[in-house]
Amino acid sequence: MRIMRIFGHLETILATLLIGGFLSATLARLAPGFSADEQELDFRLSAESIRQIRESHAQQRNILHFYFNYLKRAIHGDLGTSRSLGQPVRQLIADRLPITVRLCGLGLLVGWTVGLALAIAVVMAQVRVLDVFAAGLAGTFLSLPAAVLALLFVYFNAPASLAISLIVFPKLFSFSRNLLAQSYGLPHIITARAKGLGSARIFGWHVLPVAGPQMLALAGVSVSMALGAAIPVEALCGIPGIGQLAWQAALGRDLSLLVTVTVLVTVVTLAANTGSDLAMDMFRGQQA
Amino acid sequence: MKRRSILAFLIFVLVATRVLSYAQSGDELRFYLRSDPKTFNPLLVADDASETIRYLTGGVLVRVNRQTQQLQPELATAWKLSKDGKSISFNLREHVYFSDGTPFSAQDVAYTVQHLMDPAVHSPTGDSFRSGSGEVRTDVPSPNRITISFPAPVAGMDKLFDHVAVLSSRSPKQEMAVLGPFYVADYKSGSYVLLKRNPNYWKRDSAGRQLPYLNSIRMDIQSNRDIEALRFRRGEIDLVNSLDSEYYDRLASTSAKLLHDAGPSLDSEQMWFNQVGNAPIPAYKKEWFRSTNFRRAISLGINRADLCRVVFALHARPAVGPVSPANKFWFNTKLQPQSFDPASALRLLQHDGFRREGSTLRDRDGHPVEFSIITNSGNKYRERMTTMIQLDLGNLGIHVNVVTLDFPSLIERITQSFNYEAALLGLVNDDLDPNAQMNVWLSSAENHQWNPSQKSPETNWEAEIDRLMRAQASAIDPNKRKSYFDRVQEIAVEQVPFIYLVNKNALSGISASVEGATPIVLRPQTYWNVEWLNKPR
Amino acid sequence: MSGLQKFACWTLAAIVLGGIAVSIIVPADYTVQFRETPNAAPTHQHLLGTDELGRDRLARVLYGTRISLLLAPAAAFLSTLMAALIGVVSGYLGSWCERLALAVTDLVLSLPWLFLMLAVRAVLPLNVSPLTSVVTTFLLLGLLGWAASARVLCTGTRILRNSDFILQARASGLHGFRLLAVHVIPNLKPVLYAQFLISVPVFILSEANLGILGLGVAEPLPSWGSLLRELEGWGGFSTEPWKLAPMLLLILVVSCFQVILAREEVSA
Repeated sequence: MRIMRIFGHLETILATLLIGGFLSATLARLAPGFSADEQELDFRLSAESIRQIRESHAQQRNILHFYFNYLKRAIHGDLGTSRSLGQPVRQLIADRLPITVRLCGLGLLVGWTVGLALAIAVVMAQVRVLDVFAAGLAGTFLSLPAAVLALLFVYFNAPASLAISLIVFPKLFSFSRNLLAQSYGLPHIITARAKGLGSARIFGWHVLPVAGPQMLALAGVSVSMALGAAIPVEALCGIPGIGQLAWQAALGRDLSLLVTVTVLVTVVTLAANTGSDLAMDMFRGQQA
Repeated sequence: MKRRSILAFLIFVLVATRVLSYAQSGDELRFYLRSDPKTFNPLLVADDASETIRYLTGGVLVRVNRQTQQLQPELATAWKLSKDGKSISFNLREHVYFSDGTPFSAQDVAYTVQHLMDPAVHSPTGDSFRSGSGEVRTDVPSPNRITISFPAPVAGMDKLFDHVAVLSSRSPKQEMAVLGPFYVADYKSGSYVLLKRNPNYWKRDSAGRQLPYLNSIRMDIQSNRDIEALRFRRGEIDLVNSLDSEYYDRLASTSAKLLHDAGPSLDSEQMWFNQVGNAPIPAYKKEWFRSTNFRRAISLGINRADLCRVVFALHARPAVGPVSPANKFWFNTKLQPQSFDPASALRLLQHDGFRREGSTLRDRDGHPVEFSIITNSGNKYRERMTTMIQLDLGNLGIHVNVVTLDFPSLIERITQSFNYEAALLGLVNDDLDPNAQMNVWLSSAENHQWNPSQKSPETNWEAEIDRLMRAQASAIDPNKRKSYFDRVQEIAVEQVPFIYLVNKNALSGISASVEGATPIVLRPQTYWNVEWLNKPR
Repeated sequence: MSGLQKFACWTLAAIVLGGIAVSIIVPADYTVQFRETPNAAPTHQHLLGTDELGRDRLARVLYGTRISLLLAPAAAFLSTLMAALIGVVSGYLGSWCERLALAVTDLVLSLPWLFLMLAVRAVLPLNVSPLTSVVTTFLLLGLLGWAASARVLCTGTRILRNSDFILQARASGLHGFRLLAVHVIPNLKPVLYAQFLISVPVFILSEANLGILGLGVAEPLPSWGSLLRELEGWGGFSTEPWKLAPMLLLILVVSCFQVILAREEVSA
């Protein structure tokens, strides 16, 4: 049964990937500036050269044709060549993916640790001042522009993964705090507290199982949050990761690169969310 | 015994020389590139980062000395232009080798020129030489002599070779084998480009020491100027080639001695109105924009002194016309900066039937005068200038909408869809010779921004500019060319197709550890004499 | 309502009032450029100094309140509503509806919506009124910002769907919208509140970043997001701390929302 569910998920993942790649190509194609090239403003170029530059974009105008060819090549491992960087997309992804994985991985680890620890402390301590302080802290980092955060980290030579964790932790804290607080306020928890059951036991045995499934869903979604945070942090700090590549691809209307990066992000998002769904199933199965 | 002494002496000399050269040789120069280079092929260079690589690695026949603005010999020891301006002959330096050891000869120059002028390549550098249709001929009478012949006269031909980096016709490394002071040793996309000293570089100093002094140049890729300024202040990079005025002033509080203001650069910021006949904008607006009085009035209504003071903190000067005063030979000294005169602006507008009703200016048909100015987002100086212009023109009763767009969207509007009303952009000028701007001034050209690709000139003054530009392109005598181009500048100021706003100053920063640097106006401002720079340990 | 919550309400009211009564509080108009004194430090004439074009910063911060404090919460409400609709309905219906909704959610999280924003900018006329531009911006943000919490809500609804009290309610004859509105959604309020609270500052900052695409608030209209971009220059806030005013105001507003929406069981 579980294996059937996994296969079901894989089918959904594949269909979503194909649709996602096509939609991203379509969005890019329909957006203004698709066929424009910065080189057209180079006044040294002759009319013939400018015409040639414009025609070179013509191959990508028919989006169905482009996507079909892209998939055909992708099956053989050829992801095309980046128009803006002049290098094979496969090589670019291979070089940059480990950097972003490290960055986001560390960022999520620290973000979850801080966010969850703060949420647990607030809920279990039941002290208003702590709640207000934590809310203020989360609010501060939510209100700080990513550019300022990135600059501060460069200024203090701090690792960029911490910048990602500071972008992600306020959101994780807000959701976690509310979910845990809701569970903590359930009647049977109040009864247990009244009967003198220890805080740790209450939290581990009664609060966490109730909030667990939604926290797992949040864990899956937090991967998207980290990837989203990686784009401005990498772009601003000059870190050669997937986030920076995505930003360059978007601004340069680099279709091959854009579709590949979107598919990659979709794969990661789907994998994370599917993983959390499966974990939830196992968790609830164990509970039953 | 005697043999041992001689041997010991020789060893001592060898070691001493090595130690001496080690002590005197430079370390690594570090600065930032603002984007990835798009190509390492010098013939295809079209972006700043690639141009930087080309300048540092490419060997050229002649070089425009960035300080004196005069031509000086490089790989060519002598050259001669033909009387008809169609051909040029070079005598080449002997015993010169590429970075991989391949010998250099006239054959390599011929190979380079043939590739450069190949229509299929569409090289911006090659297009600069294209003055007429027909084949380019290269004659190689001997290994160190070459004559290059073009189908039509090429104005300022000799100076154009400053941009032509010679490729090897024989090296298996192709464009990666170079004749310049450095070669590309390593490149990591999004991260850095590492150049190392060319062991076969031909140039030597007066003491016979091989140049360059520096061992290597490391250029990290960083687009964020805040981070660049921060790292320069901390000494983590050695120079900032083109510093913004805001960072200049911020750095001045702690590192004033490291900063240099070389005065007005060749670059200008300007605004223009869309005069394209089939542009998708209302007909009454097209009528405004095509009126010379309207354009002159707008120009008079803009306070350029304020732009220089507020936006650029006085690190800019009000622009006079198409040529910056930094271009010593070509600048028309008779031209004066446009004054700020709202009263005259209103008079000119009234002449065209505009009238002020309360706080709104209306045209003769009662339409309120309102238009948008587009500029590229992310450039805070242009955003600020546009906001200041919005207020200035607001005082005339004109409502201006400021629209910042991402660059591809902006380019599409001004080159393809023509769906815009006014635009504010800058002109980055690397070339002193106005012939480089042929495609801006000719009415039939693609970069004739306000109304490109005209089948025939739509106004008399554009026809006159066409005639003058063609005349200067075919003239050989520099003074005659100057007289033609002076008149082009005068017409540009009279008819105001471009409203020239400011000429920014060339600002740069150089670490005290770098010896031999003399920042100037022409690009590259700080490392134009890179082979002479040193960072002694 | 606790004392702290009352204080938070009054603070929010005061900020909103400040935005409405800006012309009384600050004589200088937010568009006037005092070009002789750009980037000036606070004086009696300009209590928060002036910006890079010599405009009174306090006037711009207070005027920006109108836009940011009105539209960002509205967009946050919209995104929360959409998250609730999509997440709750799909979680309740289950089966293929839930799978489809989750797949769509994952797509929304992955796609480069930058291009949709660009397309919207292209469709809007260049001379669009600043109000239309800013309303469109926040509308787009609201329509695209629901995906993350929709997933969490879907999971929560799925769990509640099979809980005892829901089964009892259904057995009693309660179905459809009434069941969702009376029994399901109230139990999902923590996630909804969190979604709303996070979205307010995120949308304010996003609006500023959308200026890159030609959307957002156009000059000379100020917004907190565009004012926060002043902080992007390094060292600007260490030597000119008055530039932190819009950020401090935003933190204050977010904290007030947090306090007002806090659950009673957390209050001591």
